[in-house]
Amino acid sequence: MMLLALIAVLFFGGLAAFISERWHPAAPRWTALAALALEFVLVLLQYALTADQSSVWIADLKWPWISRFGIGFHLAMDGLSLSLVMLTVVLGFMAVSSSWTEIRHRQGFFYFNLLMCLAGTVGVFLALDLFLFFFSWEVMIIPMYFLISIWGHEDRTAAAIKFVIFTQVSGLLMLTAIIVLALIYHGYTGVYSFDYFKLLGMPLDAEVAFWLMLGFFVAFTVKLPSVPFHTWLPDAHTQAPTGGSVILAGVMLKTGAYGLLRFVVPLFPEASHQFAPIAMTLGAVSVLYAAVMAFAQSDLKRLIAYTSVSHMGFVLLGVFAWDLLALQGAVMTMLAHGISAAALFMIAGALQERLHTRQMGNMGGLWVAVPHLSAMALFFAIASLGLPGLGNFLGEFLVLLGAFKVNMLLTALAALVMILSPVYALIIMQKAFYGPLRLPHPIADFSRRDIIAMGLLVVASIWLGLHPHKVLETTEPSLQQAMQSSAVTGSTDEQ
Amino acid sequence: MNSSQLIAFLPVICIAASAVIVMLTIAIRRHFALTCLVAGLGVLVSLLALMAARQQSPVYVTSLVRVDAYGLFAMALLLLAGLVVIVFCYDYFKDREGENEELLFLILTALLGGCVLVTASHFATFFIGLETLSVSLFVLVGYALGQSRSLEAATKYLVLSGVSSALLLMGMALIYSECGQLSFSGIEQYLAEQEIFNAMVLTGIVFIVAGVGFKLSLAPFHMWTPDVYEGAPAPVTAFIATVSKGAVFLLLLRFFLSGGGYSYVSMMTVITVMAVLSILLGNVLALLQDNVKRMLAYSSIAHMGYLLIAFIAGGNIESNFVVESVIFYLAAYFMTTLGAFGVVSLLSTPQAEAVELSSYRGLFWRRPGLATVFTFMLLSLAGIPLTAGFIGKFYIFAVGADAQLWGMLLMLIVGSGLGLYYYLRVIVVMSISQESGNYAGREAVLARVSSAVLVLLTLLLVWLGVDPIHLMNLIHGV
Repeated sequence: MMLLALIAVLFFGGLAAFISERWHPAAPRWTALAALALEFVLVLLQYALTADQSSVWIADLKWPWISRFGIGFHLAMDGLSLSLVMLTVVLGFMAVSSSWTEIRHRQGFFYFNLLMCLAGTVGVFLALDLFLFFFSWEVMIIPMYFLISIWGHEDRTAAAIKFVIFTQVSGLLMLTAIIVLALIYHGYTGVYSFDYFKLLGMPLDAEVAFWLMLGFFVAFTVKLPSVPFHTWLPDAHTQAPTGGSVILAGVMLKTGAYGLLRFVVPLFPEASHQFAPIAMTLGAVSVLYAAVMAFAQSDLKRLIAYTSVSHMGFVLLGVFAWDLLALQGAVMTMLAHGISAAALFMIAGALQERLHTRQMGNMGGLWVAVPHLSAMALFFAIASLGLPGLGNFLGEFLVLLGAFKVNMLLTALAALVMILSPVYALIIMQKAFYGPLRLPHPIADFSRRDIIAMGLLVVASIWLGLHPHKVLETTEPSLQQAMQSSAVTGSTDEQ
Repeated sequence: MNSSQLIAFLPVICIAASAVIVMLTIAIRRHFALTCLVAGLGVLVSLLALMAARQQSPVYVTSLVRVDAYGLFAMALLLLAGLVVIVFCYDYFKDREGENEELLFLILTALLGGCVLVTASHFATFFIGLETLSVSLFVLVGYALGQSRSLEAATKYLVLSGVSSALLLMGMALIYSECGQLSFSGIEQYLAEQEIFNAMVLTGIVFIVAGVGFKLSLAPFHMWTPDVYEGAPAPVTAFIATVSKGAVFLLLLRFFLSGGGYSYVSMMTVITVMAVLSILLGNVLALLQDNVKRMLAYSSIAHMGYLLIAFIAGGNIESNFVVESVIFYLAAYFMTTLGAFGVVSLLSTPQAEAVELSSYRGLFWRRPGLATVFTFMLLSLAGIPLTAGFIGKFYIFAVGADAQLWGMLLMLIVGSGLGLYYYLRVIVVMSISQESGNYAGREAVLARVSSAVLVLLTLLLVWLGVDPIHLMNLIHGV
C-alpha cells in the first residue's frame, strides 16, 4: 500500500496544485511543496519500517489489472529503487525551489505537470510488471513535453517535439520487445504474463534474445542518453525551464540507467554478455565525445547537458561490465550526477533569470557581483570534474575499477576523461565567473531559499563522497541478486 | 421468417422505422430540435432492440443476413457513433437558415446501410448495405448547399464512390461466374473444394478489395479523402470517418474470415502493399497540412493502414484474437475521431468552419475545457498511454507480433513517430499564449449537449485507457 501511496501522493498532489490556482496564484507551489514533503515522509517511513529486513525486496504490491493479458499492477521496491525514489523526491524539492520565482504564468498547470512527471518517474522505478513499466515510462514523457513546450525558452517547440519523438519511437521498440516476451511466455505456458519475475530466467532462443535485448537497449540508451542517440538531449535541456532541466537531468536520465540495470541484463544475460563489448564501447565513446563537445559550447546550459551525456557514459560502461564494483559505481554515479547536474542546472537557470542570457561570452566576472552563487558554481563544477571526496569521484572510480577487470582497453580510454573533465569544468569558472565584470547594472545574489536548496545538495554530495557505504549497503543486495540470477541462467544454458 | 429471426433482425427494422417516422415528422411539422429528438430516440430504441436480439444470436435471417455477436457488437458501435453525430449535428445546424431536418433522415438511412453491412453474409446485402450508406452520404456531404467546397466534395465523393461500386460489382460478378455462389459461406465451401489456384476468383477479390479500398480511403485509393473531409460539415465528416469506414472494414473482415479470402496468399501481398502505402503516405502528407480537417483526414488514412496490420495477421493466427483487436481498435478510434471532430464542429458554424491551424491558437487559455478534450483526443490518436488509443495500439502490436509481421510493425513504429509530430503540433499551437481578444466575435455559440457528450467521450477514453478490462471481456465474448 505504501508503494501505491508513493505514486498517489504525487498524482493527487498534482491535481490539487492544478485546482488550487483558483484560490491564489501562489497556492500551487505551496501545494506542490506539501505533496513532496508528504512523499518524503513516506519514503523515510518506508525505509525505517524495512531497514532491518533481510529480504532483497523490501516492499511488494500486486493487484490484478488487465487479466485478459495477465497484466498485473505490480509494484515492488528494493534498495536500488529506494535510493532512486529518494533522489527523485529530493530533486523534486529542488525543481520546485528553482521554479519558485522563475515561473510566473499558469503556475497551476506547471506544478501539475511537474508532479505528474515525478509520479511517472516513481512509477518507472517501482513497476515490476513490464506493461505497467512501459505505461509509466510513457506517462512521464507527456508532462515533460508540456513543461518544455509551454515554459521553455526561445526554441522550445522544436526541442519538445524532438524529445517526445526520440523517446516515443524508441519506446515503441521496447513495447514490441515486451509483447514478444509475453507471447513467448504464452507459448511455453499457455497464459499471458508481463510479470518481471515470471519472465526472468525464461529460456530464450539466442537470436530472439539478442533482438529483444536490442529493443530494450535502444529505448534505454535513448533516455540515458548515449552516443549516437544523444542528440535530443542538448536541445531539450537547453530549452527547458530550470525545474524541467533539473527533473530531466537529475531523474529522467536515471530511468534509462535503471532500465538497463533492472531489465536488460537480468532478462537477457546471454545476449547482454555478447553485446557488452559494443555497449561498453558506446559508453566509452559517449564519455569522451560528450566531454569534448562540452568544451566546445558557448551556451552554459548546453555545456552542462553535454557533461550529463559524458557522465552517463560511465553508467553504461559500468552496467555492461556487470561486475559488482562497476555496478555499485554506476549506481553511485547515477545518484551523484543527479545531484551535481541538478545543481548546475539550477545555477544556470538562476543566471538566466537574472541576466536573460545563457551565453558565457556575455557573462564574466560574476564572482564579484554574486559571490554566493559563484561559490556554489565552483563547488559543483569541481564535483562534476570528479574531485575525490565527492560522490561523482567515487562513482567514476568504482566504475573504472570494476570495468578494468573486464575490458582494459576501453576502461583506459574512458579514463582519459579525467583530463577532459577539468577542462570543461574550469572553462565554466573561467568564462563566467572570473575576469573583469561586464554587467552594466547590479544583479541579485542567491536568496535564502536558494542557499538552503543548494546547501542541501552540497551536503548530499559530500555525504555521498565521504560516507558512501550507507548507499552501497542499501543497493548491494539488489545488485548482487541481479548478478546471481543472471549468472545462474547463464551457467545452466552453457551446460 | 420465424419469431426468433424477427427479433434478431429487430434493430435493423427499428432503424428503418425510425427513418420513416422522422420523415413523417418532418412532413407534419418542421422543427429541427424535435426531429433531432425523434431521430435520437429511434437510435436509442434500436440500441435497446440489440439487447433483445442478443438472446437470439447467432442466427441466419434468411441467407442474406447473419446476426451474430460480431454483427451485434458492430451495430452497437455504429449506433452509438450515430447518436453522438446526431448530437453534434443539433448544435452545429441549429442556428443555420434553411431546411436542416432532412439531415437526420439521411443519417438514419446511412446508419441503416451500415447496420445491414455489418450483418451481411451475402453479396446482395453487401451491395445493398454499401449503396444505402453511400447514397445517403453523397447528400450529407453536400448538405451545406451554399458553399462551393461542400458541393465539390459531394461531387467528388459521388463520382469516386460510383466507380468503386462498379469495381465492387465487377468483382462480385467474377466470383459468381466461377463459384456460382453469392453467399459468403457458399464461396468458402467452393474455394475449400478447389485445390488449384483460381485466377478468376483472385481477380474478383482484387476488384472487391479495390472497391472497398475506396471506401476505407486506403492508399492508393485515398485521393478523395482530404477534399471530402474538408468540404463536408464537421459532424458529417465525423460520421464518414467513423460509421462509414468502420462498417466497411468490419464487413471486409467478415468477408475474409468467413469467405475464405485468406487462402489466397498473393492477395495478402496486395493488402500488405496497401497497408504500407497507407501508413507512409497518410503520415507523411499529414505532416504538410495546416488545415486541421485535412490533417485528420490523412491521419485517418494512416489509421486504416494500422488496422490493416491486424487484418493481415488474420491469415496467420486464430481469428478470435484478430477480431478482438480490430473491434477494440475501432472502438477506440471511433471515440477518438468523434471527439476530435466534435471539437472542430463545436468551434465551427456552417458559415465558417474552424479548420485553419491558426484558429486553434491559444485555445488552452481561451477555452480550456475544449482544448483539454482535443488534447486527449490527439494523444489517443497518437497512441499515448492513459487513453484508449494506447490500448488499441497495444492490440495491434500484440497481433502483429503474434503473426510475426516484423516489417509491418516497423512501419507502425515509423508511422507513430511521424504521427506524433503533427498531433503535437496542434497541441503546441493550442498552448501558445495569446492574450489579444481578436477571436471574441467568432466564438461559436454555447453548445451544452455537445459539450456534455465531449466530456463523456473524454472520460470514457481515459477510463478505457486505464481500465480496459471490461471492454476487453465484452469483446472477448464476441
